[in-house]
Amino acid sequence: MAGISRDDVANLARLARIDMAPAELDHLASELGVILNAVARVQEVAGQNVPPTSHPLPLQNVYRKDEVAPSLTPEAALSAAPASEAQRFKVPKILGEEA
Amino acid sequence: MIIKRNAADMAVALASGETSSVALTQAHLDRIAEVDKDVHAFLYVDSEGALAQAALADKKRAAGEKLSPLAGIPLALKDVMVQKGIPTTCGSKMLEGWRPPYDSTVVSKLRAADVVILGKTNMDEFAMGSSTENSAYGPTHNPWDLSRIPGGSGGGSSASLAAFEAPLAIGTDTGGSIRQPAAVTGTVGVKPTYGGVSRYGLVAFSSSLDQAGPCARTVLDAALLHEVIAGHDPKDSTSINAPVPAIVSAAKSGNVKGLKIGVIKELQGEGYQAGVLNRFNESLELLAGLGAEIVEVSCPYFEYALAAYYLIAPSECSSNLARFDAMRYGIRVGDASGVSAEEVMNLTREVGFGREVKRRIILGTYALSSGYYDAYYGSAQKVRTLIKQDFDKAFLKSDVLVSPTAPTTAFKIGEKADDPIAMYLNDIATIPVNMAGICGMSLPSGLADEDNLPAGFQIMAPAMKDDRLYNVGAALEAALLSKWGAPILSHVSGLGAHA
Repeated sequence: MAGISRDDVANLARLARIDMAPAELDHLASELGVILNAVARVQEVAGQNVPPTSHPLPLQNVYRKDEVAPSLTPEAALSAAPASEAQRFKVPKILGEEA
Repeated sequence: MIIKRNAADMAVALASGETSSVALTQAHLDRIAEVDKDVHAFLYVDSEGALAQAALADKKRAAGEKLSPLAGIPLALKDVMVQKGIPTTCGSKMLEGWRPPYDSTVVSKLRAADVVILGKTNMDEFAMGSSTENSAYGPTHNPWDLSRIPGGSGGGSSASLAAFEAPLAIGTDTGGSIRQPAAVTGTVGVKPTYGGVSRYGLVAFSSSLDQAGPCARTVLDAALLHEVIAGHDPKDSTSINAPVPAIVSAAKSGNVKGLKIGVIKELQGEGYQAGVLNRFNESLELLAGLGAEIVEVSCPYFEYALAAYYLIAPSECSSNLARFDAMRYGIRVGDASGVSAEEVMNLTREVGFGREVKRRIILGTYALSSGYYDAYYGSAQKVRTLIKQDFDKAFLKSDVLVSPTAPTTAFKIGEKADDPIAMYLNDIATIPVNMAGICGMSLPSGLADEDNLPAGFQIMAPAMKDDRLYNVGAALEAALLSKWGAPILSHVSGLGAHA
């Protein structure tokens, strides 16, 4: 099985939105290689004819009745927000200056 | 000392007027003040709230109201379960200072039963770990030997029971986080059938595996708590809409005559400590002596369970933990003029998550990424099917299955911290239960010969047959107690003069 490079980990960290330091990337690359080698064993027995199981219960989607029920007030919902303004979550800019 | 009694006996003392819930709660708060600086089972102690709940329970009792069997009994709550207004960190810096605006269903049910919540217990960050060393707030110490781990992820809950800081606790079990801590602390822990207890308000790690359950010092106490928290919840779409099995009567019966008990061949032998296996085999002999028929069963695909688990759980975790985006709750790092939301997310998640959580998020991101999905996540899902089929076949030949809960007794703090694979092996016997969504219990089988530390005996039963765990557990517990002459926790040795 192919190993996992420092660049691979940097890309995964970018996808996972974690700003990792160079030393952390190096450490994780070597650790992940070992772990991936261990877990790759699943491929030995995962034949074409074996159906996958994603969940222990054979559930269909469950809907609730479309009725108004008690819920959080805006104040309660915003109570833990790092920043809020005018009953809304206040977030850093999401678009560039040009947009 | 009243704090050393079982919850069921405390309930008798409350009903008879021997003591009040306020006095009982205060006794536990005093105990926490005395020993928790050494044990560090709690991340937050809500003395004021607990005493108010206790006073309410006493008032209802005095007014002659019909009360639940556990009314007025104190309990420790794992910090992964939200309680309105009470700090909930999941052992992570990410949620430092967060006070949830709502109660989990488990907490609502505890309140309805007038159970007194003492505080929140320590855990591996976001329930990822087997030792509680991954908590951002420092490790919990095993009351049997303070230099050793109390298991994990629910090490705070198990240690609080063994240190007599609480008679009952709530845990959650994704791959063994209730049962393995129970095993290494000489306590009882049950992972109910998946869907048996609501996950509403349980901070998600791996949604298809997570299950909350009871932790206690006896099988009957666990059953009484299980009954309080179980049942269908419209707020959890994976909650099973069926009656809760008769677990309390099963725990009071404890009759194994004619029952078929299957010993899983693959969950013993190499990698298992000799003293743990000795206690396991003695327990089997006791059960045989009580009239159970012991049969050997084979589950050949269990050897792939650990590998499949460490693909499925990280995959689900990488998705679930995406919610910690520094926008709606939790910490926010690096928010300054000109810094984009994405950069703030990156900085916050770097600072907020610990090493093991990052490791699993990255592993899960890899397993789910285009080009690798079929080889890793897809293959793991197929192994999950094979494990379910192994269980189905084994349950055709036996009413319950058994194994040691964990391969070893409690190891030293720091011993496995730098070896993720060695750490993951702690859960080798508990993971298959979560993969199949069935139920499992760990109860103490005695002290291992090598180190005089507790070993755990695991019982497994089919989905929604949780009553079988309690029936077999109660029978074995009674047989062991009559053999020992005193409960295992009377030997807790790590607290010195406080023991």
